Formats: sequence, C-alpha cells, structure tokens
Amino acid sequence: MIVVAVHTPSRLGRWLVSGPPLAYLIVFFALPSLIMVLASFRTPGEFGGLAPLIEEGKLDLNLESYARFFSESVYAQIFLKSFGYALLTTLFCLTLAYPLASLIARSSRRYRDLLLLLVVLPFWSNFLIRIYAWMILLGPNAALARTVNRVLAWFGHDPVPLLFSAFAVLVCLVYVHLPFMVLPLYANLEKHDQALLDAAQDLGANAWQRFWRITFPLSLPGVYAGAALVFIPAFGIFAIPDILGGPEDSLIGNVIKQQFLETRDWPFGSVLSIVLTVVALAFAGLAAWVARGNLRTPSSARGSRA
Amino acid sequence: MALLEIQNVTRRFGDFTAVDNVSIGIEAGEFFTLLGPSGCGKTTLLRMIAGFDLPDGGRILLKGEDLVDRPPERRPMRMVFQSYALFPHMTVEGNVAFPLQMAKTPASEISAKVEAALEDVRLTGFDKRYPHELSGGQRQRVAIGRALVTHPSVLLLDEPLAALDAKLREEMQIELINLQKEVGITFVYVTHDQTEALALSHRIAVMNKGRIEQLDVPSKIYGFPKTRFVADFIGHINLLSGSVSERQAGVITLAVEGLGPVRVTSASPISVGGAGTIALRPEKIRIQSRAPTDSPDNHYRGTVGDLLYMGDVTVYKVSIPGGTRIEALLANSQSGRAKFFEIGDAVEVSWPVDAGHLIEE
Repeated sequence: MIVVAVHTPSRLGRWLVSGPPLAYLIVFFALPSLIMVLASFRTPGEFGGLAPLIEEGKLDLNLESYARFFSESVYAQIFLKSFGYALLTTLFCLTLAYPLASLIARSSRRYRDLLLLLVVLPFWSNFLIRIYAWMILLGPNAALARTVNRVLAWFGHDPVPLLFSAFAVLVCLVYVHLPFMVLPLYANLEKHDQALLDAAQDLGANAWQRFWRITFPLSLPGVYAGAALVFIPAFGIFAIPDILGGPEDSLIGNVIKQQFLETRDWPFGSVLSIVLTVVALAFAGLAAWVARGNLRTPSSARGSRA
Repeated sequence: MALLEIQNVTRRFGDFTAVDNVSIGIEAGEFFTLLGPSGCGKTTLLRMIAGFDLPDGGRILLKGEDLVDRPPERRPMRMVFQSYALFPHMTVEGNVAFPLQMAKTPASEISAKVEAALEDVRLTGFDKRYPHELSGGQRQRVAIGRALVTHPSVLLLDEPLAALDAKLREEMQIELINLQKEVGITFVYVTHDQTEALALSHRIAVMNKGRIEQLDVPSKIYGFPKTRFVADFIGHINLLSGSVSERQAGVITLAVEGLGPVRVTSASPISVGGAGTIALRPEKIRIQSRAPTDSPDNHYRGTVGDLLYMGDVTVYKVSIPGGTRIEALLANSQSGRAKFFEIGDAVEVSWPVDAGHLIEE
C-alpha cells in the first residue's frame, strides 16, 4: 500500500504568510468601511463634517440621510445613468478587446510579449495626464473635431463639440479600462487548444460556428473577469466626467466627491458610497452566478434537446 | 477505382519533403494503416486527407472527385484526434450531437442518432456526463462516436490509442476491429506501433522519410519485408548481410561476414556477387545444446551472450565466434522455468533454408 504524505504547513507558518496582507486589509479597508457605515447614520456638522457622536449624553444615530436618498429621485436617476455609462463602457471594451486579445493570443511568441507590453504601456504615464491628453485630442481645433464637423457640414448639419460631452466621457472611459478587459481575455484565449477548433471544423463547423460554439463559450470566464474589472471601477469613477464631461455628465462618483469636499455633508456622502458598493457587488455577484450556471449547463446541451 | 485515391501526393516544408510522391488507393470498407516512425510523413498525409493541409503536388480523390477545393468542414470524412479533442463545455450528448447540428439535421432526429452512436461505442447512459468526468477509454469512445454519428464515408484516426495504457489499448483494438466490421466505414489509421498495425489492419503502408517502403497485408509485411527498413521496423529480426556466393535450384547461398555461408530459398533473380540481406525472425531459430547430425539446415556454434526473460518467452542473444550475434527465442512452455540455458553456455543455433527471407540491395 502506498501512503501519500501531504505536507501541511504549521498553523504559525500559515499565519505568518497570510497575516500581513490580512492586517493591511483590516486597517486600510475594513476599518475605514466601518467608519463610513457609522458615518452614514450620524448627523452632519453645522459647518460640514460630522456633529458629535454623543450629544447631551445621548447617542446621536439616525436614518435621515438614508431617508433623503430614497425620497429624492434625482439620486436614483444619477445611479441609473452611472450604471448605464459603466455598462456601455463594459460592452465597448468587450467588443474592442476581444479581437485584440485573440490577435495577441494567436500571434507568434516573438511578437506576443511586445503586443502585451503595448497594451499595458499607457499605465506608464499618469492617469490624469492621460485624461488631459484626451482634452487636446477632442478639442475644437484638433484634427478629429474638424474632420467630424466637416463631414457633418456636408450633410448640412451644424457643427458639434466633441469635448465636454457624453461622447468624450465614454471614449475616455473605454480607453482607460480597455487593458483591464484585454488582459484577462488574453490569459483565457491563450490557453485554448487548437485541436478543439480543428475538431469542430472537421465535424462540419464553419468559421462563425467555430467561434460561437467553441471559442466564445470557452472564453466566458475571461469575459466575466474582464467585465467585472471594467464595470466596477467605471461605475464609481469621477475624474473622467469631471475633466471631459459637460454639466449633464455628472456621475455618481462626482456626486459623492461633491458631498465630501464641497457640500461637506459626510453622512449623505457615506450613504451614496454604501449604495454604490452594494450595487456594484450585487452586479458582480450576479455575473459570477450567471457565469457558474453557464459553465455547468452549456448551451450546446440545451440546444441538442430543443 | 478505389474509394479514396491518393495520387502522387507531395508536401514540402521549406527544404524538407514530408511526403514524397505517395500514391495509395484505399478501398471501401477497408481498415488501412499508415505505419512509420515519427517524422515519416504519416500524420502530414492524414491531415492532407482531412483537408487541414494541402499537397504541393498530386491529387486526393474521393469517389473520383478531387478534394482540393473542399475545406475540412465540407469533406465527408471525420477525424479522431490523438488528444480526442472533446469539447470540454459540452456533455457527451452535446459532443456527439455537434456534427449533426452542423449538418442541419432536424432536431427531432438528433437524439435518436446520438443514442444509436453511443450504443455503437458502448456508452449508453453516459450522455449527461462531461468529458472531465470520463476515463481515458471512455473519452476515446466519445471521440469515435462523435466522428461516426454522421456516417462519414471515411474515418481518419490519428494514433487514437497512444494515450491509453497497454491493457486498455488491447481491449480498444478488439473493439475497433469489431466496430469497423459493424459500421462498414473505411478506416484510415495512423500509428507508429507496429503490433497495433499488424493486429488491426487489412493492409498496411509502411512509411519512411516521406515515402512508402512497402504496401501489403500484415502477414506479408511481417513475413516478407521488402526492404531493410521494413524488416527492422516491424518486430524483432536478425539481419544478415553479405554477397551471393552460389545460386542453384531456388536456393541462394550468401557469404555472411562473421558467420559463414547461409542458405536461403528465394525466387529472386539476384546474380552471384550481388549484395543481399537475409531477414530472419527470432522465433524461427532453433537453439540447442548439441548439433543435430547431417542436418540440411543452417547451423552455427556459439555461446549465450545475454538473455531476457519476458514471461511467455525468453530471448537469447547468441554470440558466434566470427562476431555475429543471433537473436533467438524459446517459448517458456513449462511453468516456473525461466530459461533453458545460462549465459556462457555453448549452444548451437539452426534454421531451415526456408526460414529466412532474402532482401536484395
């Protein structure tokens, strides 16, 4: 009989390894989150910030900020708009990233590293500088705006500004988040077995059928990972609409920033932050749930019984 | 005309000629094997038949029709891949239904056809399993079932049993023979395993360096190898080279260096002085401790150099004083007895004149 000895690290060893990151997360994520949750139940201070927690010997906690959020529909509308922007960003990123990722995955080893480097190259310059660069690219005197307006003029249309518009915000959102979609998709597509596509072709599948029945379903884990990595940050972003958007393009991130830095209503800002987190997590959870269901009962099995 | 005609097919990769002017006619219902070492061009040829690669020269015809303009998805042939290439995100049923769906089979007929295919490969009841829930042998059957479900005119198999262990491989060989008989579909089988080729095939083409060395039925390939390469590649063999010293009444005498004159029956028109090789299977050689007197056979004295106990047989490597080593084997018919001779024993090897086979060079 063969006895397989599995080496289990000691308890101390495990804590030594996982302790520091855990402590980091507790101090810099869990505690601030708790402070924010607590703040959402407190009263705003007279001149901004928070009123004292204990007033005249009584604990001052209330649901007023929550009541305000649910009674004023403007905030729900902004949430919905932000959700829409994030969803559009995710869809555009997916459509652009998929061909790019499969091109990289199929290119020879020599070019693959170079192409991946080009994908992450933008990270080498500052986030804000890249957004400001779009101000120049989309500006009224830039080649892009002139060309667009010249074409519009042919059709007898009045010139349109590209900068400070929903268009500018979306273009930059897609630009900033594209690598987060490309990388997980590439990591997935790169592992695909060419023999499966050969087999599908041999069994009578044309190029489109090979993509739709084999490549795409097998890439879904990468699609979901990329969607989560794009959707969640895009949902709460404030810098891009701040710099490139018009007054109509304020998103929930801008409103939260405003509550903390300008209006200085910390409790209400906390409420908006909490709702943002809950909605984003719910969406990510939903995506994960759909993903798991999809992987367990593939469409092909259902199709064959249809 | 044969069902599948391969006419003067050549395929080059740069300076390397992978398939060199190969012509084969494969008949309907035949179990045909391409046998050869890795790099001999057998897989390249199979991929050209399937349509994944195109010949640089020559034609491939199916039922008289040139297949050059048909991509793999439009050839009425199916391939069984070495890695099985089952779709991991589909159940067994989904995998087997896939070619039917691609062929736009009415949905109402699909499940009955899938059922029948799974019955053919003895996998009834496995339809809801995923490939990762199956054993290697079961995956192999799914791959074959999936390839057979549309009743292709030719089934191409690329080393399909290579990933299985020895015991399972033998079981699958028997199943493949029976399955081929049952469905009556032409099998073109690629392998580097000569025992597998001998066991399965109606005919074998032995390939080397892109060319066909010999194309014949298994017993002829084994018994009468046409070239040194075929003799050496198929099973164990003694190759005795020399020049013809005498020729009379269908018996040729070859002067073999390090051994002496060896007589062999041959109808070959080879003339005295010509170079030849006698191919001699170890199982045809007798090994005894004393010489039989007045024997018309070839007989030589030597000592046992090495021996290998294989269970059913023991292989003796007998060193002849001249320097030649003759490999002979004896069946261990008596249980518990591993050998009849010890290393260093003086023995005599002998074989009748018709035991060997002359290869001209």
